[in-house]
Amino acid sequence: MNFPLIPEQASTFAPSVDLLFYALTAFVLLFTVGVTAVLIALGIKYKAEPGRKSEHVENMALELLWSAIPAVIALVIFAWGAIIYFDYRNIPENTLDINVIGKQWMWKIQHPNGKREVNELHVPVGKAVKITMTSQDVLHDFYIPAFRVKQDAIPAKYTDMWFEATKVGTYPLFCAEYCGTDHSTMGGTVTVMEQDAYQEWLEGGPPVTPAQAGETLFQQMGCVTCHDAGAASRGPVLNGVFGHEVKLRDGKTVVADEEYIRESIMSPSAKIVDGYAPLMPTFPNLDEEDILNLLAYIKSLSDEQQ
Amino acid sequence: MANDVVHGTEIPPRDHTRPEVNYLNWRQTVSSWLLSQDHKRIGIMYLISISIFFVVGGLFATIFRIELLTPEGDLLQADTYNKFFTLHGVVMIFFFLIPSIPAVLGNFLIPLQIGAKDVAFPKLNLASWYIFMVGGTLGVAIILLGGLDTGWTFYTPLSTSYANTHVFLAAIVVFVTGFSSILTGLNFLVTIHKMRAPGLTWFRLPLFIWAHYATSVIQILGTPVLAITIFLAGVERLWGVGIFDPALGGDPVLFQHMFWFYSHPAVYIMILPGMGVISEIIGCFSRNRVFGYEFIAFSSVAIAIIGFLVWGHHMYVSGQAMYSNLVFSLLTMLVAVPSAIKIFNWTATLYKGNVVWATPMIYAIGFIGLFAIGGGTGLFLGAVGLDVPLHDTYFVVAHFHYVMVGGMVMAYLAGIHFYWPKMTGKMYPQTLAKLCAILVFVGFNCTFFPQFLAGWLGMPRRYHSYHEDFQVLNVMSTIGASILGLGFIIPVFYLVWSLFYGKEAGSNPWGARGLEWEVCTSPPDPHNFHETPVVTSEAYAYTGEETLSE
Amino acid sequence: MSSATVHDENPYLAHHFESIEQQEESCTLGMWLFLAQEVMFFGGLFMAYAVYRFMYPEAWLEGSASLSVPIGGANTVFLLLSSFTMAMGVYFCQVGNSKWLFRALTATLVLGIIFVGVKWVYEYTPKFAEGIFPGAGWGPHGHHYGHLADFADQGALQIFFVLYFIMTGMHAFHMLIGFAILLVLMWMTKQNKFGPQRYMPILFFGLYWHFVDIVWVFIFPMFYLVT
Repeated sequence: MNFPLIPEQASTFAPSVDLLFYALTAFVLLFTVGVTAVLIALGIKYKAEPGRKSEHVENMALELLWSAIPAVIALVIFAWGAIIYFDYRNIPENTLDINVIGKQWMWKIQHPNGKREVNELHVPVGKAVKITMTSQDVLHDFYIPAFRVKQDAIPAKYTDMWFEATKVGTYPLFCAEYCGTDHSTMGGTVTVMEQDAYQEWLEGGPPVTPAQAGETLFQQMGCVTCHDAGAASRGPVLNGVFGHEVKLRDGKTVVADEEYIRESIMSPSAKIVDGYAPLMPTFPNLDEEDILNLLAYIKSLSDEQQ
Repeated sequence: MANDVVHGTEIPPRDHTRPEVNYLNWRQTVSSWLLSQDHKRIGIMYLISISIFFVVGGLFATIFRIELLTPEGDLLQADTYNKFFTLHGVVMIFFFLIPSIPAVLGNFLIPLQIGAKDVAFPKLNLASWYIFMVGGTLGVAIILLGGLDTGWTFYTPLSTSYANTHVFLAAIVVFVTGFSSILTGLNFLVTIHKMRAPGLTWFRLPLFIWAHYATSVIQILGTPVLAITIFLAGVERLWGVGIFDPALGGDPVLFQHMFWFYSHPAVYIMILPGMGVISEIIGCFSRNRVFGYEFIAFSSVAIAIIGFLVWGHHMYVSGQAMYSNLVFSLLTMLVAVPSAIKIFNWTATLYKGNVVWATPMIYAIGFIGLFAIGGGTGLFLGAVGLDVPLHDTYFVVAHFHYVMVGGMVMAYLAGIHFYWPKMTGKMYPQTLAKLCAILVFVGFNCTFFPQFLAGWLGMPRRYHSYHEDFQVLNVMSTIGASILGLGFIIPVFYLVWSLFYGKEAGSNPWGARGLEWEVCTSPPDPHNFHETPVVTSEAYAYTGEETLSE
Repeated sequence: MSSATVHDENPYLAHHFESIEQQEESCTLGMWLFLAQEVMFFGGLFMAYAVYRFMYPEAWLEGSASLSVPIGGANTVFLLLSSFTMAMGVYFCQVGNSKWLFRALTATLVLGIIFVGVKWVYEYTPKFAEGIFPGAGWGPHGHHYGHLADFADQGALQIFFVLYFIMTGMHAFHMLIGFAILLVLMWMTKQNKFGPQRYMPILFFGLYWHFVDIVWVFIFPMFYLVT
């Protein structure tokens, strides 16, 4: 029977997270054992004796000292945790971008070249991987203990996380946010492969990339009839929009990121671009995969511009 | 009057006989209980009701702990398992932990400790119990009708658009029960402000009162937000509109903000009164004035205030902005300071005292040890970078239970054992009770310590079946739970036994200080005090000459 | 000093209070704490309102434009007037004028009923008739609200109206409770239960009524006057 007591370290985060964990463990155990020992020792030393009076002591210096020391320790722990957190949020450039969609009760995963898998994730070792995720229905949470990473997948929203695997192998993948009946079986494995092996594995993918699928959808849904460069254009042209500021009708500006573009597809009237009327219909039949494909296409339009 | 001066240097003579007329026997009809406006009887009614709910919540836990012996999830269906952990949470939190110390011991003791004849609004107090019971009855109805499977946190959109169980009814239950809690808090706050006996200034109050004061503030300001949040979720469920469901334009994360705005302070509703009980017991059985009285008093208030500013630490991985997370993390760390102050001051109270290892004292020392671990592991989860891997794992489950069971339930048991002679006039067998306290301590650690390890290894919470790597730890946990269960059952027997066969306790069996011990009989008079007592000195005026009456 | 003598002096003094001052102070503090919890209760709704208004400014403009400012404004006037008559009621009670106290309470009740009546007849009913009811019954049509069907983001518009109905509805619910209490107070006034010796119930009801009034003073611009 497997009985590990220490979790495997398989990402660049693991060593620094673990250091804080074990340091805090030592500190809390020391503190607890210390306090309990002092309590018992005092309880024995000052066990009630007839005839001995209790002596009440007050000591302001001591009070201030044991208020200040925990405050300092707490701030150190905060800072330590914050430094690690900066690493979690500081997503490097040139990541391998993988999309994940949570759905009761499976993880649908798509690699940059369009290759899909379900409840399994293949990633190369030694390469920064960025996961962008959303959910088709309820809240889920993409959790890989060996990498020490976790992120909620939230419907109608994009969240992201990154990691760099350091060790070839197979590790469990879980859903950590309770999501209904089969929550506990929503998961599978993460396989870390050598970079060559990963490339080889990817080759087996379908011929269509997400951006290509998005372009097809863009034509089929008739988006192109309004969002074109013609003179009578009823909607803004999308070339070069992604990642740039957009001026809205009410004078505010927003950056056209994933969230904004998703919102503009799903609730078109929420933020209207300056100079246009709120004419765009909604598309309730699009699922999260379609939207991700459209997003990939719109992103590719901005790449072309540059 | 002989009774006028208490808390003086003279210890008043103890009364060893049971008063002929007391609050328990002066009227014997059923309606004299069910319509009683006497805070003591209402406290007893709460004691009986929440004990029943504790058994119900405990049964759910028992069954799913057996289920968790094997990784496969073979005893219960997944849906049944989900219902059981949800109902365990809902029953334990809303019907046991939140009312426990305030509604039972707070009701019973606050007027006695401050020298009042009753709480400020006795009718409202009775109404609170009825509201609680309406909520409780509907809660039982949910169980009988087929349960609830959203988790006690009711996260949207699972609860509003996807669950097929009695979410709407549950929303009503939480809403209704919340008002019981609000009205109790309101009653206590007014009572503490306006009903204190002459001479009982703020800094002469027992720390139990300070703790309840802080608790009441949270109950009044926090609970209405939960009520309206759960009301909105109920409306969403009923009408099919999208307040929190993104498919209909709503924002599920807003629900989390509003939910935790109450539910984080709510954990301080659960633990602060426990800390109040511990202060009383540590003072009494150290035969010493509590060290750093003002620091303990103000630390309760500080916890209540900071408690309202840290809700976002439940949402580090829910896509919250990075800087929000950092601010919430920083504020969360501040809670450690008042908590540590309490621990140090309790410990120092023993110094140069006359320590008596009575049953309540053993529970109290157990409480401090377990609370140190519970609070300390809060540091792990408050540090935002470390919370990322630990969030929503068994580490959180263990942390929460160390604070709520290791802290709160230990304190509740400590309080029940301390005040049982006052409430009933009877003594329970001491040796058995001490063994039981140790049993609870050991069983508790065996149950929940392995869960820290399981969480650190990566076992997510609310899992019906799990990875085989976690099995050994889960088996250990279930074995521990059996010991813990035994530790909870035995006291029921000897306490009930004591009602019939126990020794008469007398007015002050512990040799404790305070109006409830020195002026009131055991059980107290229906009107608490024949004459309004006058207080002339500080609380905990122990000298070391007090003795146990045995 | 024996407390028994004090209790003999004032029949309104409950047994567990030492003095009438203590009783009055307790009740006053209790009332303010009750209002504090009411503030937090409505505060949750205001919070949700703020979040969604920020998220969906266009829907807020569109929804607000469909609400009638004259009707809402008239109702605001009725409510403010009722607050005035209530304040007068407290005054008459304190000076011991039961007759005018009764009249002031009646006026308060009548103005309150006008408010709720106007709301029901001119606001809620036409909306229900024209499909402005969030959820399954949603479907704007007819000449008042038909144009809302053209608004592209019906989800956001529904959230506007959900909050409109919940917040105005919760407010109206508080008024209905107020009516019931008012009727009891009027009956008690007829029984000569109030006077300079005993005006706290009238005072506390006045506080409650003013609170309900103030909530409306916030709700009115938040829904009717979005620009």
